[in-house]
Amino acid sequence: MKQYRHLIRPYLIWSLVLVVIPLFLIVFYAFTEEGNEVLTFSFTWKNFARFLEATYLNVILKSFWLGFITTAICLLLGYPLAYFISRFSEKAQDTLILLVTIPMWINMLLRTYAWMNLLSDNGIINQLLGRLNLGPVSMMYTDFSVLVGLVCNFMPFMIIPIHTSLCKMDKSLLEAAMDLGANRVQTFWKVTWKLSMPGVVNGVMMVFLLAVSSFVIPKLLGGGQYMLIGNLIESQFISVGDWNFGSAISMILAVIILISMRLMQKMDKLQQEE
Amino acid sequence: MKNKLIELRNLTKNFDDQQVLKGISLDIYENEFLTLLGPSGCGKTTTLRIIAGFEEPSDGQVLFNGIEISKVPPYKREVNTVFQKYALFPHLNVADNIAFGLNLKKVEKSVISQKVERMLKMVGLSGFENRDVTLLSGGQQQRVAIARALVNEPKVLLLDEPLGALDAKIRKQMQLELKKIQREVGITFVYVTHDQEEALSMSDAVVVMNNGEIQQIGTPTDIYNEPENRFVASFIGESNIIEGHMIRDYLVEFDDFQFECVDKGFEDNEEVEVVLRPEDLDIVEPEHAKITGVVRDITFKGVHYEIMIETEKRMYNVHTTDYAPVGKKIGLLFGPEDIHVMCKMGAY
Repeated sequence: MKQYRHLIRPYLIWSLVLVVIPLFLIVFYAFTEEGNEVLTFSFTWKNFARFLEATYLNVILKSFWLGFITTAICLLLGYPLAYFISRFSEKAQDTLILLVTIPMWINMLLRTYAWMNLLSDNGIINQLLGRLNLGPVSMMYTDFSVLVGLVCNFMPFMIIPIHTSLCKMDKSLLEAAMDLGANRVQTFWKVTWKLSMPGVVNGVMMVFLLAVSSFVIPKLLGGGQYMLIGNLIESQFISVGDWNFGSAISMILAVIILISMRLMQKMDKLQQEE
Repeated sequence: MKNKLIELRNLTKNFDDQQVLKGISLDIYENEFLTLLGPSGCGKTTTLRIIAGFEEPSDGQVLFNGIEISKVPPYKREVNTVFQKYALFPHLNVADNIAFGLNLKKVEKSVISQKVERMLKMVGLSGFENRDVTLLSGGQQQRVAIARALVNEPKVLLLDEPLGALDAKIRKQMQLELKKIQREVGITFVYVTHDQEEALSMSDAVVVMNNGEIQQIGTPTDIYNEPENRFVASFIGESNIIEGHMIRDYLVEFDDFQFECVDKGFEDNEEVEVVLRPEDLDIVEPEHAKITGVVRDITFKGVHYEIMIETEKRMYNVHTTDYAPVGKKIGLLFGPEDIHVMCKMGAY
């Protein structure tokens, strides 16, 4: 193995240029503002202070709320599905997991446009509802359409880690639990659920992270006025041109996410120790 | 007389189109150490799993204290299992693993900790309460698995090749301990193994199985000394198996000689098979014996020599403390009680 170690170097350079340096630039922009002719920039807390305005706080609250709901729905739908898949024979499991991941092979934008077509006022769903004299129902540019987009896009990130941890579980543990007097429900909560926790934690973190920081899906499915933190950052960089403020929001988002991940891990540990 | 605890009546089990149990009938008594012995795939584990409730028999009955239980789920049965690979819960420590069953029954916390402590003492793991089960050695995990099952005070403990994954020395030690534990707690143990030595040294009763059928049920001495057929004789211990026929009661003929024996109840001139255990044979000067032969090979085995003797008809395996050089002509001596006559059975 050792002789291949130098092969990592191109990758290191690559990530230095594309990940580490941009991160430093974000920190740099976040703490500076444009200065005078002598010094082109100066240190400031202003960008962070500006974030405390109610408009922006509402944006971040809404983002986290939407991230939370998306994660909860993904967990509620994804766990049973992962559990269901793990009960099949190994060959069937491979096929089913492939089916779960197939949507990810298609570009996310394309998938989102497809949802726009499905959900729009004269889309397929509304046409069907119209035939049944139930519609049309306005679904586009609402919380509902954004949630549908987020959940469908991020579901595989929930299912796959949970499925992996369920597969790794020794099936004789379930028999052992039943043997010791646990009925099916008790066996699930006392053994299966506990042992799949690492998968659940991974899935929750991934989906939450992706949902909170997403901006394309809310923009397309939520319309222009639908402002989430991802859209806010995007607009600061692209349309407003205030890179300093955009960087500050990015940093705040990163810090909040880091803190919530730590809390999540702590909670997982506490639950394991119970 | 001991009470029947479990009765298996004509159990059959099919997996897909394969029949793994072909009519198992067996009585298991209170306070008995019963071993299901047989080669892999003989149906012994399936039988155990049916008693535990993990499999439902395709046909037949399982009676527990006279009540049919073959449809009762495992968590409602008064039996507990020690699994082949222990199946300890990796997310719980030693004490919580053992307390699993008691916690489900909502036993008071102080009672649980007392019982757990007592169990740990019995299996020799006092002070291990807070250890991580995944960091224990195989032998220690096995003890935790036994404690976890016994703490529920089952009527029957089922053990599925529990010593299979342990190395030889610890296995020997655990055999003695299991037997000791069984006497201490005074409940029925049903033990599954493919190791004949294990079966003979621990059991009160041995059930020899092959191809989904019971070949013989008996005490270890019966099974060893009076095998009922060729399979039992060859599976348990080494043996010389010789085809012959009964002249009449107490007289058998094989290798063109007639011998007195202690067996009766066969038909006159019935084709039979005769078992001669290698350790029952002695070597003497050729003129003192009916069957004579030439030493072809001699191996020192520590306690005895293993001598291969070629006679006119076949090769005999003899275990004796006497030495004879290769090429020497010698006679084979054995008494009437050394001859075990069995019914002839289909080809093996």
